Amino acid sequence: MTDLIVTNLETVPGREIIKHLGIVQGNTVRAKHVGRDIMAGFKNIVGGELRGYTELLTEAREEATQRMMGEALEKGANAVINVRFSTSSITAGASELYAYGTAVVVQ
Amino acid sequence: MGLLTIGILLLIGIIFGTMNERNHFSRIAKAEEELSDIKVFNIKTLPDNVEPGGALVTGNVVIAVDYFKVFVAGFIMLFGGRLSGFEKLMERARREALVRMQREAKALGADAIYNTRIEFSAVGQRPKKIGGAELFAYGTAVKYL
Repeated sequence: MTDLIVTNLETVPGREIIKHLGIVQGNTVRAKHVGRDIMAGFKNIVGGELRGYTELLTEAREEATQRMMGEALEKGANAVINVRFSTSSITAGASELYAYGTAVVVQ
Repeated sequence: MGLLTIGILLLIGIIFGTMNERNHFSRIAKAEEELSDIKVFNIKTLPDNVEPGGALVTGNVVIAVDYFKVFVAGFIMLFGGRLSGFEKLMERARREALVRMQREAKALGADAIYNTRIEFSAVGQRPKKIGGAELFAYGTAVKYL
């Protein structure tokens, strides 16, 4: 996957877009771990970073991005441009991480 | 919860919360100084002297406010007004997310980040309990020629 360029710009710097292949997307819904939740409860008293949650969301976002990249590769793209992320909490304990962008072929 | 428990929680909150916040701000200031060579822009237009390519870089942090600040905020909310404890929380988280994004760009050997966007989402929110705030920053890292 190293040859796939992912960017949130509307063009790929220094390259010309030959073909647009349409939107590609990836999502994942993650629930929290009980242990992490207990730690978070403690952190709600003293304040500070909730490292468990930070890692959880980083991993989840990476997975969503990977799925998006997978879809782009399937379409024969070599770049994904104008990537956007969004997060939505479905229930109190789970959130959806969503990544989307436009798959293109560049020179 | 008894009054004593609340009192103890408030005391722990004010001591550790204030300490945490002060330490965090000084860590952020140091990191910002260190990473000042990675310029961050939120514009999309690139200058001409940019190497072809570019990579998406991200940085995120989930941060919680301490018990004392939640308690004080509860009072302020009765009359309305400025919640300075929460202002500081957001500032901390936003700056930390940007620093982490810059660190990723530095690891890639980039010079600048364009089209930076910062997003907020609430994590683990439940009634009567302030969970965490997630700040997520992303942009495109580029190298100058």
